[in-house]
Amino acid sequence: MKAQRHPLLFWAGVVLVAAALFALPLVLAMAGTAWVRIANLAILFVFLSLGLNIVVGFAGLLDLGYIAFYAVGAYTWALLASPHFGLHLPFWAILPIGALLACVAGVVLGAPTLRLRGDYLAIVTLGFGEIVRILMNNLSSPFNITNGPKGITLIDPVRIGGIDFRAADTWLGLAFSGPVKYYYLLLLLLVAVIVINLRLQRSRIGRAWVAIREDEVAAKACGINTRNVKLLAFAMGASFGGVAGGMFASIQGFISPESFVLHESIMVLAMVVLGGMGNIWGVIAGAMLLSFVPELLRYTVEPAQRYLFGRLLVDPEVLRMLVFGAALVLTMRLRPAGLWPEARHKREFAGQAG
Amino acid sequence: MRFPVKTTCLAVASALLAFGCGKEAPPPKAEQPPAPLVVKIGHVGPLTGGIAHLGKDNENGARLAIDQANAAGVKLGDRQVKFELMAEDDQADPKIGNTVAQKLVDAKVAGVVGHLNSGTTIPASAVYSQSGIPMISGSATNPALTEQKLKGIFRVVGRDDQQGPAIANFLVAQVKPKTAAIIDDATPYGEGIANEVEKTLKAAGVKVLPREKGTDKTTDWKAVLTKIKGKNPDAVFYGGMDAAGGPLLKQARELKIAVPFAYGDGGCTDKMAELAGAAAEGMLCSQAGIPVQAAGKAFLDGYKSAFKIDPILYAPFTYDAANLMIAAMKQANSAEPAKYLPALEKISHNGASGRIEFDEKGDRKDAEMTIFTMKNGKITPLAIIMGGKSMTLDQYAAAAAPAAKAEKK
Amino acid sequence: MDILIQQIINGLTTGSVYALVALGYTMVYGVIQLINFAHGEVVMVGAMVAISVIGALAGSGLPPAAILLAGVACAMPACMCLGYLLERVAYRPLRHAPRLAPLITAIGMSIILQHLALLVWSRNPLAFPQILENPVFSIGGAAISGVQMGIILLSCAMMVGLTWFVYRTRFGVAIRATAENVHIAALMGVDANRVIALTFVIAAAMAAVAGVMVGTYYGIAHYTMGFMLGLKAFSAAVLGGIGNLAGAMLGGILLGLVEALATGYIGEVTDLCRWPIVSGWLAERCAADGHVVLMGSNYQEVFAFLVLIAVLVFRPSGLLGERVAERA
Repeated sequence: MKAQRHPLLFWAGVVLVAAALFALPLVLAMAGTAWVRIANLAILFVFLSLGLNIVVGFAGLLDLGYIAFYAVGAYTWALLASPHFGLHLPFWAILPIGALLACVAGVVLGAPTLRLRGDYLAIVTLGFGEIVRILMNNLSSPFNITNGPKGITLIDPVRIGGIDFRAADTWLGLAFSGPVKYYYLLLLLLVAVIVINLRLQRSRIGRAWVAIREDEVAAKACGINTRNVKLLAFAMGASFGGVAGGMFASIQGFISPESFVLHESIMVLAMVVLGGMGNIWGVIAGAMLLSFVPELLRYTVEPAQRYLFGRLLVDPEVLRMLVFGAALVLTMRLRPAGLWPEARHKREFAGQAG
Repeated sequence: MRFPVKTTCLAVASALLAFGCGKEAPPPKAEQPPAPLVVKIGHVGPLTGGIAHLGKDNENGARLAIDQANAAGVKLGDRQVKFELMAEDDQADPKIGNTVAQKLVDAKVAGVVGHLNSGTTIPASAVYSQSGIPMISGSATNPALTEQKLKGIFRVVGRDDQQGPAIANFLVAQVKPKTAAIIDDATPYGEGIANEVEKTLKAAGVKVLPREKGTDKTTDWKAVLTKIKGKNPDAVFYGGMDAAGGPLLKQARELKIAVPFAYGDGGCTDKMAELAGAAAEGMLCSQAGIPVQAAGKAFLDGYKSAFKIDPILYAPFTYDAANLMIAAMKQANSAEPAKYLPALEKISHNGASGRIEFDEKGDRKDAEMTIFTMKNGKITPLAIIMGGKSMTLDQYAAAAAPAAKAEKK
Repeated sequence: MDILIQQIINGLTTGSVYALVALGYTMVYGVIQLINFAHGEVVMVGAMVAISVIGALAGSGLPPAAILLAGVACAMPACMCLGYLLERVAYRPLRHAPRLAPLITAIGMSIILQHLALLVWSRNPLAFPQILENPVFSIGGAAISGVQMGIILLSCAMMVGLTWFVYRTRFGVAIRATAENVHIAALMGVDANRVIALTFVIAAAMAAVAGVMVGTYYGIAHYTMGFMLGLKAFSAAVLGGIGNLAGAMLGGILLGLVEALATGYIGEVTDLCRWPIVSGWLAERCAADGHVVLMGSNYQEVFAFLVLIAVLVFRPSGLLGERVAERA
């Protein structure tokens, strides 16, 4: 929007941000490779929140089982690129398969729940998420498919043209550790995901989603095929989750059902709501915040206590969770619509509906 | 303009203060000993979440070893060493486990004791191994950990496939069941040990009922138990932790299931008697290593006086793990991972959980297993199993005594 | 047969606990159309307070029933205060905010409550003092313990009491009026703030009783125990039709029964060796083990959720939920 008014300023900003993002891992690596890993996980959570944002933010369908699609993506990668079945498909083959399977899972979840609204939908999606996790946990007997609670080890990393993304390399005299390489790969994917989301939001489909969110009956009256459009929201949202899951499996090299518990779904939802439902930049901010704050607290709570009281009063881990909980409550009380709420396209919407 | 004035005043005041303090400080002594070499040892376990109490217990074990070493004073390469424990929380979540592992690697720890769960230990071991940092787990019993054959990854606790057969064979010998039921908590640990028990029981010709499962948070076992009751097994084995295993036993007795119940090390704690009450009397369970009562006097007393509570489960193992690292550093006269790792691989150490030596995979050689029973609300050792042979505690003590004497000389 | 009766008794016991907690969700939902996500933590706090009180009094020589009552008597006011606090901190300031905002504050409060409980009552699973004699009776070969009977009877009594309160008292009328329409109720002289706070407090009182029941029945309490219980009870409330008192009770009992029966019989049904179509193919494994069970008790929760989904697909507002004009 601003691009039309100040194209030069806009592009200057883009270049600046790009340069900053490009240099970020090198700066973070100075603070410790752990921070690059945290940044990678944060980007994965951005993928997840953007995917969930399509369902919750755009289409207004409360989904509490979103992590199931992440699980589908991750298990797809793990089964197709690990010694578990002896398959080692390349990265460019698995990622689309994972996205597709997650997409199918989204439709499977979406189809029977089209008539449900609000809290009924929430509990059904929650149940779906749990079902997927329990299946992953139990499909080890009588026939071993997922290896059960033990999870799948030795998952292949991404390999592109002889570059192994988990090993360390030295290029142009600079040392690139595994996490740093993954950071750049994720950054590339992130740009793609954001562009797709921006395009979607401004497309006919995006406007149809908003119409359903605002008033489903009216949307139907305007000739929107609410069934297909809702299913599309589930499918699109799910496929982003699938991509994120695949990347997660390849970065970690190990996955088990423990990583896909309900708590994770709730965290992703908290990111979307806290950042500002419906606003892509707000959601990104929310995901970044909720990924980094707990980690920042991990590094600061203990020294802060020693500095203030001279000794440890409260276990740092407990205090960290307390501060995190309080932050959730305070943010929502101060900014109930999220940190960076969507500027409602009311006029545009009214024009289309009228 | 008020703010700058204020800051200036503050700055001047603090400068004056600093100056004043500087004047008062005594002149530095010429023969002051060099600052002690700080050696960081990491510990990771869940400190929040469902099994946080076990995580804290593990941490206490490692902390005790380090405090004792600091109190005794250790010198490496003529420098006094001060060990520091970096205790981290992985929330039993593999994703957080890897982040924490990287944090420890960044902090240049000399070694890591942990993690607690096999589920977090296995992925984290890759991070440590890549960075050349030795890791010793005191509680990850899943065989897959050392089957990865990573360098510098050890465990001092017996593997599921050592412990499972031990308790299963004991069950076969003592109870002589025709049919047995096996329940697990669908965690890597619980399912792992339950599978090993099932294998051994089947090999001994025992009919095993279809596996029943709960979760590590299950407190309502009545439906599962009722189903089992309908099949009339002669013994029940549960693979999982005490928090779910205690209610299981209590409810079984309420349903009038009177057959013996057996547990792995996760359910081999005094907590079982607290949770199940009188129902726990006579239950059987196994622990990897020798009973703490038998060997770890220094450990037990130290733990109680330091933390004012009793050790729960794996603390002796994390205590030993930390001590092993310190012992290897002493042998190598260095705290650098690359230098003391060879010493660690070849170490032979008498710990709170018995004699510890590693095989080429990093597993404990000849890990002894102990079978316990619940007597008057305390778990009491019944038999020690070593190299497939079962002996009583007294026999073991008699056999071990000459060896210990020989070592002293 | 005795096994079936036993499973039904098991299901009824857990079902009544679910029902009691579900009533809390449904009442709050009735008046403000929001899920109290921290309700499970209130149950946990109830159990924890009772543990402390009972533990402290256990050696005092008082009769066990009096000690248990003292535990409940302390847990209830503590939880009622907590319920009030929850409403004031997490819900009232956000009553006009977007619908999901209170959900996040409730999740925040839930995290805070859990970790405060960790600080106060330690991270260990606590053994609930077993002071009551727990005689086991036999009904048609099935065992039912005194505690189980107590739970079922007390739950029924509380549900009857609550129904009387909501349908036969002035406060009850005010609650129903607010649930119907806040603005019109306000015009009729109902103080909506007071009514909503009262609803939270009553729900919390029932949660306290449920907490003590769960603790006494299972003999264990842990600071994370509220989450799963809350989730089950929430499912029960939705199953019955959220906002509907009778629905919550029905949903709770039904969920308890489904779980118990699924655990008991799914394994039998899905034993592939009993299916002639595939048993030939699996002959070797069937001969070795005698069974190849596709889905055992590990799928108990899957079936609970599948029943929930199936019910909602055919009755989108739950079993007894009214078919309200769809809220946008």
